[in-house]
Amino acid sequence: MTETAPAIELKGVSKSFGPVQANKDISIRVMPGTIHGIIGENGAGKSTLMSILYGFYKADSGEIFINGQKIEIPDSQAAIRAGIGMVFQHFKLVKVFTVLENVVLGAEDGEMLTPSLVKARDELTTLARDYGLNVDPDALIEEIGVGMQQRVEILKALYRQADILILDEPTGVLTPAEADQLFRILARLKDEGKTIIMITHKLREIMEITDTVSVMRRGEMTATVKTSETDPAALAELMVGRKVLLRVDKTPAKPRDTVVQVRHLNVTDSAGVHRIKDVSFDIRGGEILGLAGVAGNGQSELLEVLGGYEKATGEILVNGAPIDLTGAHSDGQSRRARGISHVPEDRQNEGLIMNFQAWENMAFGYHHDPAYQKNRLLMDNKVIREDTQAKMDRFDVRPPNPDLAAKSFSGGNQQKLVLAREIERNPDLLLVGQPTRGVDIGAIEFIHQRIIELRDEGKAILLVSVELDEILGLSDRIAVMFDGRIMGERMPDETDEKELGLLMAGITDTDGEHSVAEVEAQLAGAGGAARKEG
Amino acid sequence: MTELPRWADVVLVPLINIALAFIVAGLVVLAIGQNPFDMMYFMVKGALGSTSSIGYTLYYTTNFIFTGLAFAVAMNAKLFNIGGEGQAAIGGLGAALVLLAVDWPHWTLALPAAVIGASVFGAGWAAIPAYLQAKRGSHIVITTIMFNFIGAAVIGYLLNGALKKPGQQVPESPSFGDGASLPTFHEMLQPFGIAFNKSAPANISFLLAIAAAVLVWLLIWRSRIGYEIRAFGNSPGATLYAGISSVRVTIIAMLISGALAGMMAINSVMGQQERLIKDFVEGAGFMGIAVSLMGRNHPFGIVLAAFLFGMLNQGGFELMWEMPEISREMVLVIQALIIIFTGALVNMTRDPIERIFLRLHNKGAA
Repeated sequence: MTETAPAIELKGVSKSFGPVQANKDISIRVMPGTIHGIIGENGAGKSTLMSILYGFYKADSGEIFINGQKIEIPDSQAAIRAGIGMVFQHFKLVKVFTVLENVVLGAEDGEMLTPSLVKARDELTTLARDYGLNVDPDALIEEIGVGMQQRVEILKALYRQADILILDEPTGVLTPAEADQLFRILARLKDEGKTIIMITHKLREIMEITDTVSVMRRGEMTATVKTSETDPAALAELMVGRKVLLRVDKTPAKPRDTVVQVRHLNVTDSAGVHRIKDVSFDIRGGEILGLAGVAGNGQSELLEVLGGYEKATGEILVNGAPIDLTGAHSDGQSRRARGISHVPEDRQNEGLIMNFQAWENMAFGYHHDPAYQKNRLLMDNKVIREDTQAKMDRFDVRPPNPDLAAKSFSGGNQQKLVLAREIERNPDLLLVGQPTRGVDIGAIEFIHQRIIELRDEGKAILLVSVELDEILGLSDRIAVMFDGRIMGERMPDETDEKELGLLMAGITDTDGEHSVAEVEAQLAGAGGAARKEG
Repeated sequence: MTELPRWADVVLVPLINIALAFIVAGLVVLAIGQNPFDMMYFMVKGALGSTSSIGYTLYYTTNFIFTGLAFAVAMNAKLFNIGGEGQAAIGGLGAALVLLAVDWPHWTLALPAAVIGASVFGAGWAAIPAYLQAKRGSHIVITTIMFNFIGAAVIGYLLNGALKKPGQQVPESPSFGDGASLPTFHEMLQPFGIAFNKSAPANISFLLAIAAAVLVWLLIWRSRIGYEIRAFGNSPGATLYAGISSVRVTIIAMLISGALAGMMAINSVMGQQERLIKDFVEGAGFMGIAVSLMGRNHPFGIVLAAFLFGMLNQGGFELMWEMPEISREMVLVIQALIIIFTGALVNMTRDPIERIFLRLHNKGAA
């Protein structure tokens, strides 16, 4: 046969964990020098499949071929020997080591470090020249931005002679500008003959960068198509198994009276870092204010101040009356009493107690609610259970079982639990952090609709999200935060991702032309500022 | 089905662990040339063979229920209170002071007063480590274990000085008055025509311990503060979001824990010794940790585990008597094996059992 062998071929790979079948008879062919996307909802089995390829799990059945050769991959060392490199969603870097040390780590040539470092320095120069992967080899990881850290991960793989790169949700932590940078690098790698597999749940990225795409649903590969022959709506339908509305469907806002006034807010954290710098804004009833920004530029602290668990100076008025920012009434209980509900950014560590059952979680933060008490000493668990059942039904939480532990629900249903708890309290102000992070496409639609319904009831909503699509689709006004400041406000229909991306990098002069280097330098700063506090 | 049914988790797994522990202990006994079946026979007979044995077993059980509950309350807030030993000792001091201060006319008056004395002193002894943990971040394991030594030293100092019975050399307090004497099982069961050994130390404190278990269950699983304790224990970070004060929860959980540990003295100091002696806790504070872990930090499990440990303790003493070849250290080895199998190695048997259950279930479903 003269036909080139595929760089990777999987035949009939299956893997189950106990009763759960994570991968069912998966077959896939990726030709060398192409970018292949794997798309699917959370829990569809994408990561399991890649873990099999990288030797973390052993498949129950099936075969793996690399460049036409059948191989076994019992561990990650074997995967590296076979020329497979993996860039994880959460980077595996030693923060206090330099770039060079991280690249060499685990691939040293001998007992003495110096020869390896000298060799690696030469190698990095070559790689930088060949692929446009410029990184300062002597910079400490903790001092460079997320985009740069990701480059180090790619360099680590290339240094280990990888010909096949697997990237797991590579843009999850990147700004749009950084993502563009990454895509340019990936295109370059492809031109140099590398094969790339990219796992993502973002349709836009699939359309932008891949040559072929495979869709996974419930452990099965439902389709593999040429990217040029499909469109986002078709892919979404394949992922979810039904037609999905990709755009947020909403009417224009009808703003009412001002609900929240924030004036000259300043936050300095316990390490002495000035996290929020003189921030002022208003939110009216019946409007959604979207707060965009790279993670770590003060948005989280803002939510925490409003939610009652971060001290601040300045002034916040809710319905005209000030709320306590430092004293005894600056806690979550007092905020709830003032009509502020909070869907926190970190659902699993803040919003829910994973070991608690659904009904126990429904009382979380509201366990002082008089309706939940049997008498002065004991809580009325029966009432809480019934209340939970009703709320789960209204928010279509599946399975609708109040006795199930929070950890047993999928990400989307966990988020629905939190939303049900907070929205059903009928708050004057709803704080929402990352409402759809790790949530399936099907549930995203539902969550967005509920937030808009609350807006249409005349409530004020503060939305914090790192997903620009979400900010643009859901907000009635957009404020961009950078380094603890609000860089500017835009109306969603008068701006675009590019302009917001520049604001997120701290560049307010959004009309002018900006070189890539300039944006990069700013982003490194943004990332650095975000990381200094650790 | 994705996990073990509850009955198997709570009943089957511990039983298999106990069986395994006895098999290994049997091998050890075999290794020193003794008959393991004799060992088991004498242990069970020694623990349950007569009303005297049962009286001793229940006496130890009572101690372990109190210290086990003490550990469990703190553990539900993920506070590893290793200081039950010291809190019980100081609780004993509290009970003794109350009982020596007044010439009590009747035990029904003396008991509530002694309960208050013991629990307030026990809670007080736990309060200092709790404050240091909540406000200063000093690790509770370190501080409570240090407070065990301080507590023992305080008792020793007082029993050699201020509290020593005049005109004698032994470090003991004077005996409490007759009005402070608690009814024993013998006295309690006589009206019902049930003969119970007269000298066995089991007394009405056993009922107090059962009541405490019920109250702890209500506290942890039904009350608001219990909800906060469990929330804090499961996810300390989330309590800020909910507006639950970690300082408050830490201190309250430790106060309750210390009070329960102190209550152990009601059984021992008031119920059995009827005076304060040195070392009356006899390791029950530490044993409470094993009891609570084996009982899954749940009051019902703790009562069962305390009974098992009470049997081991009493059976162990009888075993030494009946089989002189088995030394005190050997008995400790057997007890330690049971603690290891039922506490530390739970998952060793739990995981395979779970797998077998799932396989059977799936086969049945398919």
